[in-house]
Amino acid sequence: MSDFKERIIVNRGLAQMLKGGVIMDVTTADQARIAEDSGAVAVMALERVPADIRSQGGVARMSDPAVIRAIQEAVTIPVMAKVRIGHLVEAQVLQALKIDYIDESEVLTPADESNHIDKHAFEVPFVCGCRDLGEAARRIGEGASMIRTKGEAGTGNVVEAVRHMRTLMGQIRMLLSMREDEVPSFAKDIAAPFEVLADIRKSGALPVVNFAAGGVATPADAALMMQLGADGVFVGSGIFKSGDPARRAKAIVEAVAHCDDPAWIARVSEGLGEAMSGLDVRTMPEGERLAVRGW
Amino acid sequence: MVIGILALQGNVREHLANLNRHDVQGLPVRLPGDLAGIEGLILPGGESTAMRNLVSSSGLEEPVGDLIRQGLPVWGTCAGVVLLARGGIWSSVDITVVRNAYGSQVFSRLVHEKSTLSETPTPMVFIRSPRITSAGREVEIIAEVEGDVVAVRQGSILLTTFHPELVDHSPFTACFIDMVRARSARPDETPAPGHCPKEAGRTV
Repeated sequence: MSDFKERIIVNRGLAQMLKGGVIMDVTTADQARIAEDSGAVAVMALERVPADIRSQGGVARMSDPAVIRAIQEAVTIPVMAKVRIGHLVEAQVLQALKIDYIDESEVLTPADESNHIDKHAFEVPFVCGCRDLGEAARRIGEGASMIRTKGEAGTGNVVEAVRHMRTLMGQIRMLLSMREDEVPSFAKDIAAPFEVLADIRKSGALPVVNFAAGGVATPADAALMMQLGADGVFVGSGIFKSGDPARRAKAIVEAVAHCDDPAWIARVSEGLGEAMSGLDVRTMPEGERLAVRGW
Repeated sequence: MVIGILALQGNVREHLANLNRHDVQGLPVRLPGDLAGIEGLILPGGESTAMRNLVSSSGLEEPVGDLIRQGLPVWGTCAGVVLLARGGIWSSVDITVVRNAYGSQVFSRLVHEKSTLSETPTPMVFIRSPRITSAGREVEIIAEVEGDVVAVRQGSILLTTFHPELVDHSPFTACFIDMVRARSARPDETPAPGHCPKEAGRTV
């Protein structure tokens, strides 16, 4: 087996170990420790959570390496961090910091409006966002070892996460049921690399783990995404922008593990305090939508 | 034959598929009621802190501990090793471990190494794996990589710090299925269940 193929197994493998888990956005070492104690399977190290990026505006970039290092030192679970779409040097910097996973993320301001990073060129694995199967397949073709549906980050509103997950899973079901001679035309329609689609048909599933992201605020939101087909959940602003972060974090972890058990979800949802307030995505101007960044 | 897989978090689907490749039925275990009738139990890879919290809130700590003491064959992979080592939830195997001892994901790797199960090197996938730092006299060492112990057996418990479930036909999967078959066929001859003596084992 070549080194390249072995790297793919190991990098997709780390995401496989995170399945059934919750990855939490944190901005300080203290928050990272709360996340780990609450049962997060990984943390996303950030300077600002998406809700603050949204309200403060300006260009959002990779975090200060000092913030990332402090969080790496605080926990033993994997630490992820975000780079701007197409910003290959930010990704090189994160690799030099020995980050566990790089998120090439639409939550930051894109550095390149045409090209995503060539992720095959890195040893560190990447997770990328998608809204449908075409976008997922393009990122996998570029070397992403994990996918997440984008949702609409920093809104506390799960509607876009649901839309993207339903679209992605629906298109996979369609791909798996079509005739062989219909695949090339479908690949063209959704602008997906044919090889990735062929791979999915052969194995019956995406070749990488797929988490839900962007708008999950409650245990029920998290369980909803799991029932719709997510392998796990990213929670960004939803935890540390809520009234009682540690309790809410634990409750969301439990709801993901027991996503098919409504009585369990009811019990962990009791008296959680205030969820983040949330934004109506329908009234949001197109320019403020993060999910449309990247292609 | 039915083998349970602790299914609160982690690499559950791959373990199920791996058992299916060996014509064995796997059953996800989330609550104590799921333990009825299983003849073996797999603790999958994942994040051990998350799993420990969920095992405790799901009420699985005691019933699984009872089954281990009765000699149920158990296989811990990666995070599962941490749960069964000294200081873990079940503290059933006389080894000490350090979590994620090899560093970040860039140090995760696939190696080919021999073991007491196979003369020919077999693939071993290490993903941010724990490191076994000591092992007691009753612990049988099955595989080592560059001087580090990576697979052990003590009584009815098998531990691998790597992921045989990610490989098509691993001798470690076959070994565990044999352990389960042997116990189901002759429950009276079950090897003594794993346990930890008071003194820690030798450093390895």
